[in-house]
Amino acid sequence: MSDSSKRQEAMDKSKAGGASLPVSYLAPPASPNQRAWGRFRCNRLARLSAWFLGAIILLVLLCPFVSPHNPDALSDNQFQPPSLKNWFGTDVHGRDVFTRVMYGAQISLLVGIVGAAVSLVIGVTWGATAGYMGGKTDSALMRFVDILYSLPSIIFVIVLITTLEGVLKNWLAATGSPMLAKSARLIFLFVGLGAVSWLTMARIVRGQVLSLRSRQFVDASRVLGAGSVWILRHHIIPNVLGVVIVYLTLTVPAIILYESFLSYLGLGIQPPMASWGSLIAEGAEQINPVRIYWWLIIFPGGVLVSTLLALNFVGDGLRDAWDVRGGV
Amino acid sequence: MYFLKRLLSLIPLLLVISFLAFVLVRLAPGGPFDRERKPASPEIERQLQAKYQLDQPIWKQYVTYLGGLAHGDFGPSLKYRNHTVTDILAQALPVSMLLGALAFGFAMGVGIPVGYYTAVKRGRWEDYAGSFFAILMVCVPGFVIAPLLVMSFAIQWRVFPVALWGSPWHAVLPVLALGLFFSGRIARLMREGMLNTMQSEFVTAARAKGMSEHALLLKHAFRIAVLPVVSYSGPLLADLLTGSFVIETIFQIPGVGVFIVNGSLNRDYTMVVGLVIMYAALLVVLNLLVDFAYTLLDPRVKYE
Amino acid sequence: MQIANRATGKHPLARFCFLATPFLISALCLLSSGCHRLESQANITICNANEPESLDPHIVTGISEMRITKALFDGLTKLEPRHATPIPALAERWDTSPDGRTYTFHLRTNAVWSTGEPITSDDVVWSWFRALSPATAGDYAGQLFYIKGAEDWNSGRITNATEVGVRALDAKTVQVELNSPLAFFLELCSFPTLAVVPRHVIEQNGDRWLHAKPLPTSGAFTLGAWRVNDKVRLLRNPLYWDADNTASEIIDVLPTGSPNTALNLYERGVADIVWDKDLVPTELMDVLTKRPDFHSFTYLGTYFYRFNVTKPPFNDPRVRRAFALATDKNRIIAKLTKGAERPAWHFVPEGVANYTAPSAPGFNPETARKYLAEAGYPAGKGFPRVTYTFFSAAGGGGKLHGKVGIELQQMWKDVLGVDVELRQIERKVFYSQQSKLDYDISTSSWIGDYNDANTFLDLFTSTSGNNRTGWKNSRYDALIKEANLQTDLQKRAENFRRAETILITDEPPIVPLYFYAGFNYFDPQKIGGIWQNILDEHPMQYIYKVGPCEGGEARALRGK
Repeated sequence: MSDSSKRQEAMDKSKAGGASLPVSYLAPPASPNQRAWGRFRCNRLARLSAWFLGAIILLVLLCPFVSPHNPDALSDNQFQPPSLKNWFGTDVHGRDVFTRVMYGAQISLLVGIVGAAVSLVIGVTWGATAGYMGGKTDSALMRFVDILYSLPSIIFVIVLITTLEGVLKNWLAATGSPMLAKSARLIFLFVGLGAVSWLTMARIVRGQVLSLRSRQFVDASRVLGAGSVWILRHHIIPNVLGVVIVYLTLTVPAIILYESFLSYLGLGIQPPMASWGSLIAEGAEQINPVRIYWWLIIFPGGVLVSTLLALNFVGDGLRDAWDVRGGV
Repeated sequence: MYFLKRLLSLIPLLLVISFLAFVLVRLAPGGPFDRERKPASPEIERQLQAKYQLDQPIWKQYVTYLGGLAHGDFGPSLKYRNHTVTDILAQALPVSMLLGALAFGFAMGVGIPVGYYTAVKRGRWEDYAGSFFAILMVCVPGFVIAPLLVMSFAIQWRVFPVALWGSPWHAVLPVLALGLFFSGRIARLMREGMLNTMQSEFVTAARAKGMSEHALLLKHAFRIAVLPVVSYSGPLLADLLTGSFVIETIFQIPGVGVFIVNGSLNRDYTMVVGLVIMYAALLVVLNLLVDFAYTLLDPRVKYE
Repeated sequence: MQIANRATGKHPLARFCFLATPFLISALCLLSSGCHRLESQANITICNANEPESLDPHIVTGISEMRITKALFDGLTKLEPRHATPIPALAERWDTSPDGRTYTFHLRTNAVWSTGEPITSDDVVWSWFRALSPATAGDYAGQLFYIKGAEDWNSGRITNATEVGVRALDAKTVQVELNSPLAFFLELCSFPTLAVVPRHVIEQNGDRWLHAKPLPTSGAFTLGAWRVNDKVRLLRNPLYWDADNTASEIIDVLPTGSPNTALNLYERGVADIVWDKDLVPTELMDVLTKRPDFHSFTYLGTYFYRFNVTKPPFNDPRVRRAFALATDKNRIIAKLTKGAERPAWHFVPEGVANYTAPSAPGFNPETARKYLAEAGYPAGKGFPRVTYTFFSAAGGGGKLHGKVGIELQQMWKDVLGVDVELRQIERKVFYSQQSKLDYDISTSSWIGDYNDANTFLDLFTSTSGNNRTGWKNSRYDALIKEANLQTDLQKRAENFRRAETILITDEPPIVPLYFYAGFNYFDPQKIGGIWQNILDEHPMQYIYKVGPCEGGEARALRGK
C-alpha cells in the first residue's frame, strides 16, 4: 500500500484538467485527510456546489425568520403568480409556495440523508462481506438480498406504514410525546425508505469486491499473512469508495423521488406538511393543455434539481479528493 | 455447473418469497372487500370470504394456493373478478416487457456512451455537459418528465400520440420518459467505472507497453469499467420489464406496473403474490445472467 | 458514435451487444406482432373511469362498470336517455295489481340473445335468483330485497325457492310479488343487478363466463374485446329487439385513470367523449365550465363527513352541531371544486323525485361557539385530540379529500379554536376503519342508486350496514319505515322530511358539504344522442357521431 501512495503522488502531478490540482504534493507532509481536504478545496465546481448546499441549509434553518408566511396558513389568494409578496406564488389553498418549499426541504433532505445513510452502512457492510468471503457466506447473504429484492418495495412500505404506524402512534401518545406521535408516519418513512434502498448498494459493492479480491495486491497481502478484516479495511473498502460515493449521490435523489412517488399515491407525508416530493407531485398535476400554473412545478422542481445537482458535484469532488489512488 | 445449481436454488427461493408475500399482504390492515358500501347482507360477505378461502387459516390458504400453483394456476383475481391472475398477466406482461426492453435498450444506448465519454474527457466541458445531463435525468421524476414530453411532442407539435398503446409511434414517448431517468443513472455508474479502471495497474502497464490510447480504453478498460453497470442492469431490467406505475398511468398503457401498485393498494392478494413470484423468477434469472456476463467481461472473476 | 462502430470480433463491447441482442430481438418481434393489431376504427371512443372490476351485471358496483354492463345486458325495463325514466325493454308491457304489490311482466316475443336463442321468462327468473344468491356474492343483491321472501332466501332463512315472489307464469310472462308497494320498482328493474344474463354460458364457464366466445348478450351491444387496462370494445348487436335504434356500430370504452390523460386524449381528438366526474381536473373547472363542449348537470350524489358518535367528544350532539355550524360550505366550493357543485344544506340532493329536503342552518360561527361552550369546551379549551381521516388516491378525485380536509381544519381552528389533526390513510384501510368505527371524523360520499330519497335516508337507519357512524335513533328508524309503507307520495315525503331534519339539524351524525355535479365533455356539433340527466345515465345505444362520412348512416339509423 505504501507503494501505491507514492504512485498516487506521482500521478497527482500528471493529473489532467481542472477538476482537481496537486496542492499538497510539495507541501510538508500532511495527514491524508488534510491533503484530501486541500484537493477538494481546489475543485471549483465542487466548492461552489458546497457553498450552494450550505446556503440552502442555512435558508432552511432560518426560514421561520426569513419568510413572513406560515407554511400552513390558508388564505383566499389562491393560485397567485409569483410577486414581491409571494416570491414563488401561492397554491390551491392560498399558501405561500416559497415558505412551503423551504419547509419541504427540511423533510426531503432529512429523508434523503437518513435513507442514504442507512443504505450506506448496511449496503456496504453487507456487500463487502458477501463479495469478500465468497462461497457459502456469499450465497447466503446474497440470497437474502434477492429475497428482499424480489418483494416489490411498495408492498413492503405499505405493510410497514399501515400495520406498524398505528401501533407506534398509540405507544408514543401513551408515553406522553404527542409531538413524536405526530411524526410516526415520518419515522416509518425513514425506516422504510432506508430499508429498501440498501439492496442495490449491496449488490454493486459485492460485484466490485468480487473483482477486486482476485487482484494481485490482495493475493499478495493474503500471502503475507494479512487478516480478512485488515484486507477489507485497507484494500477493498478504499477501492470501492469511489463507486460507493457515486452510488450514494444517486441514492439521495432516488429516495427523495421515492418519497414523492409515495406522496403521489397518498402514502407519503401527512398533509398539511410538505416535502419537495409532495410539492412536485402536486405541481405535476398542473401540466395540462388548458392552463398551467407554472410556478407550482418550476419552483419546487428547480430547487430540488439544483440542490441535487450541487449534491452530485460535491460528491464528485469528495470522491476525487479522497480517492486513495488519486486521479488519472 | 455453478449456474445450474443457481437455477435450481430458484425453487426454494420462490417458495420463500411467495410465502413472505402471501403473509405480508394479509398482514396489512384492510381487506380486498372493504369498500365504500357494505354488501347487502352478512351472508354475502361470508360467502365472499369462503369463495376465496379467506376464512381459513393462512397456512391452509397457502397450501391450497401452492396446489394451484403446481398446475400453473395463479388463482382468481380478487379485484377483477372475471379474470384469473394468469389472464391478466398474459395480457399485460408482453406489453410491459416490450416497453421495458425498449427503455432498457435506450437507457444503455444513451447511458454507456455518455458515461464513457464524460470519463475520457474528464474535467473538460464535454464532461460537465454530459454529467449535467445525467444528473438532471436522475433528479426529474417520471411524473414530471412524462407530462412535459406529452405537452411538447404530442399536444404542441403533434408528432407522437398522447397516450394509448398500439403502433410503434405510441411507444416513443413512454420509452423516452422511462429510459431517460435510467440513462442518467447508467451514465453516472459508467463514468465512475471508467475513471476507476483508467487508474488501475493494468491500464498503466498497457500504456507503458505503448498501446494506443484509443485501443487501450476501448478494448481493455471498457470491459472492466462496465462491470458496475452490468451489476446494476440485472435489477434494472427486472424493474423495467415489470412495468412502471407512473408511465403506464400517464400514457394509459396496459402493462403490469399498474397492477403491482394497485394490487397492493387494493389488497388483491392473489394478484400481488402472482406478481411477486413472476418478478422474483425474472430477477433471479437476470441476476444469473449478470453473473454470467461478469465471467465473460472480467476473466478474473471465477465462480466455483 | 464511435463505440458502436467498433463492436466487432471478440471485443467486450461485442460481448455486451451479444448479451443485449436477445432483448432487442424479442422487443422487435413483440413490436411487430403486438403493435400491428389490425382493428377497425371505432365509431365512438369514450374515456370511462378506471378499468372495470367486472362486467358481470350482478357483481358490478361502480358507475363506470354499470355504464358498460347496461349496454350488454338489458333488464325488464331500461332508462330513457333524456330524463332517465323507465321505459319497456325486455318486457314489452306490464300490469300492476290494485294494491301495487304485484307486477306481471310480458316479455317481448322478439327478444333474443345475440346468439339467436329466445329470451324466456325462465331466463329472467334464473337471473334474478342468481343475483340474489349469496354464492354469487354480489354486493348489490339488496336491490332485490323488496321482493317477497328475497331477503330470507338470501340469508338462508328459507330454502324453498317457490316462497320467493318471482315466478314464470309461462314462457313469456313473469310475475313479481313485492313486500310492499314500491314507487321506484320499474326504475329498479333497469338496474344491472336485475339484468338478464345467459344461463348456460355461466353454468359452463363460472367466473370467467364473460370470456366465452360467443358471449350471448341481451342488450344493444355484444362484447367485441375486453383487454385489461386497454379497452372494452362494444359491437352493435344486430339481433337486439331494438337494434334499429342502435346508432353506432363500434364503441370503444377506454379505462382512463388520470384526468390529465383523459383531457389530452380528448384535445387530440382520440376520445370523443369523456364522461366521469373523476376525469375532470378540478383546478381547471373554472375554465372548462365556460366551454361549449363541457357539460355539467345536477346529479344524485352528496359529499359529506361522518362523526363517530360512539366516542367522546362526538358522542355529544352539541359538539357535532358546533362542528357543523363552523363548516363554511360555500368556501369549499369556491376554492376547491369550482364547478357546478352546490353547497349541501341537506343530505338528499336537490332534484330527487317527489321530495324537497328541509334545510339545515348554514355557517354560523357564534352559535357554533355557543354549542361548543355548552358542551364544556369554551373557545376550544380542553378539547381532546381528534383526527379527520380521509383516504388519498392517485388521480383527480382522490386528491380532493385531502384538500377539503385542509380547509376544514382551518375553519375549525378559526371558528372553534379546536386543533384537528389530519390523517391520510390508504383506501382499503380507510373503509375498514370506517366500518369498525375506528375514527373521529371521516370523509364520505354517497351516490344514489335510484331516483328516490330512500336511497339516501335509508343509510342511517340503525340496521343499515352503511351507517358507519354508530348513530342509532329509534324515531328516525320509525319515520323511514313508515315512509316506505306509505302509498301517498305527499305523506311519504313529509315522513322523510321529518327524518332528515333529525339527521342534519338536531342530531347531526353527518354534515353534508356539497352535492356532486355530473360532468362530461363532448362536442355537441360532432356527437349526438347524449343528454344530461340526474342519474348520469347515458345509454350508449343512442350515441352517434355526426361526421362527413358517418353522419348520413347514423342519421338514417336514427330516423328508422
